[in-house]
Amino acid sequence: MSDLLQFLFSGLTVGAVYALLALGFTIIFNASDVVNFAQGEFVMLGGMGTVFGIAAGLPVPLAALAAIMGTAFLGVALNKLAIEPARGAPVVSVIIITIGAAIFIQGAASVLFDKQIHRYPGFSGERALHFGGATLLPQSLWVMSGAAMIFVALWVFFTRSLTGKAMLATSNNRLAAALVGINTRYIMTLSFGLSAAIGAFAGVLVTPITMTAYNVGIGLALSGFAAAMLGGLGNPVGALVGGLLLGILEALTAGYISSQYKDAVAFILIILLLFFMPQGLFGSKHAERV
Amino acid sequence: MTPLLEVANLSIAFGGLRAVDDVSFEVRPGQIVSVIGPNGAGKTTLFNMISGLYRPTQGSVRLVGADVTSAEPHLLARRGLARTFQNLQVFPSMTLLENVMVGHHLQEAGATLPDLFGLPSSRRKTRATAESALSLLARVGLEKAAFREALTMSYGALKRLEIARALALRPKILLLDEPAAGCNAVETEEIDQLITEIASSGVAILLVEHDMKLVMKISSHIIALDHGRKIAEGNPGDVAANPDVIAAYLGQKGQEQVLHADG
Repeated sequence: MSDLLQFLFSGLTVGAVYALLALGFTIIFNASDVVNFAQGEFVMLGGMGTVFGIAAGLPVPLAALAAIMGTAFLGVALNKLAIEPARGAPVVSVIIITIGAAIFIQGAASVLFDKQIHRYPGFSGERALHFGGATLLPQSLWVMSGAAMIFVALWVFFTRSLTGKAMLATSNNRLAAALVGINTRYIMTLSFGLSAAIGAFAGVLVTPITMTAYNVGIGLALSGFAAAMLGGLGNPVGALVGGLLLGILEALTAGYISSQYKDAVAFILIILLLFFMPQGLFGSKHAERV
Repeated sequence: MTPLLEVANLSIAFGGLRAVDDVSFEVRPGQIVSVIGPNGAGKTTLFNMISGLYRPTQGSVRLVGADVTSAEPHLLARRGLARTFQNLQVFPSMTLLENVMVGHHLQEAGATLPDLFGLPSSRRKTRATAESALSLLARVGLEKAAFREALTMSYGALKRLEIARALALRPKILLLDEPAAGCNAVETEEIDQLITEIASSGVAILLVEHDMKLVMKISSHIIALDHGRKIAEGNPGDVAANPDVIAAYLGQKGQEQVLHADG
């Protein structure tokens, strides 16, 4: 029983990160139909940026803020320099561009930072908390509550602010949104900035637990993509549920079967989903009138 | 009075095909100007250039005196141009009311913080928008379906929804692409009245429509296109009697028959 609780704790922690990754996928997909495989790099940059900010003498909150802002700026630059010029190209080409961007960012990070594995101490110390025979790092609570905060803030943003509603309208029908005066190009830029910031925020929170290095991005992107597919690509609630489910599944596999198979869970899940449930748990069936 | 819309020497080529070739005309406030022509004459292409979806190879578009050639659709919307589509551009998973509320986007500017905190001022604004949207839905006869999702509605209803959403922009000029397509006789009659009403409120209307009875009845001015070129222009009677127009619609032989019948 305490085993199960232990696995659930670690599953929910990792799952919260996957949920944030999936949310990043969702926001960009909704604005542009593009699956952005550079999403994992944003998480890496959040962590690495904070590591090197701290090394440069910045206090942790400031280092984290700088990493998040810098990554958001990079997301905007990615859109302006690589995605927007390819407007009108088939979506598949644009997706390949994002894979190229991911490889580029990874390479640049290995030069700009280094190739070592890094971490920094948890925000509230490293003393594990005990619940029902299981242990929980205080940093896990940071990760979970941070993710919860992001989801609530975005829900408020999308349902209440005019810009958020304009983003929803753009995801519903881009041309119709432009026709009522919504600047859909600005919406796309905003989505990349927002997704990058969310990714970096996840990286800032989780690095004390999982550690980080220049090359962790691709693996994270694939897990986040699997989570987004599981929930139904394009649905923020799906991103949350898909992320948490994937995290728990991975933790249970690692705990009850073997930790060697942990990473296979996401891939097996992608294959099964594509076969049996391509629209995911909360996805809408795609019907387009031509 | 300066024209609301001035189209001058507008041309576009797709490869070797000149889909629209050197077309010029003007639309003034309150006018209903119809663009007619057989299928493939370039009517929708012309609309797509005016509304910023296609970039013309030559020529210019001026809106209220300002050059807006190749301006992006959202900027044209800000300058008072609204349009509907032959094959519909609605927000499928929103209700009809939400569809029209989105049309108020430009009038809802500012006040992000009150919006985020759901302050009374923000809620009042939203309620006012909903009321305005509802009255626009009533104007096109869709108020009873206000809370139904757009994807559950018929083609004819969605055509009227598009008009309601376009009116929410408070446009100076409204481009209607086949508003009566897919409508029965009663619905066509309603569309006819609606368009006349909109024009009499001072909005200029540019219309593409295949229902000739409707076109002849409501247009103040008609432009006839064939193979991308303007072949005739004038009041409905003159254009209907123009031999080139008859030839374009009926073929050369038809023209001869009409001429023989005349003589």
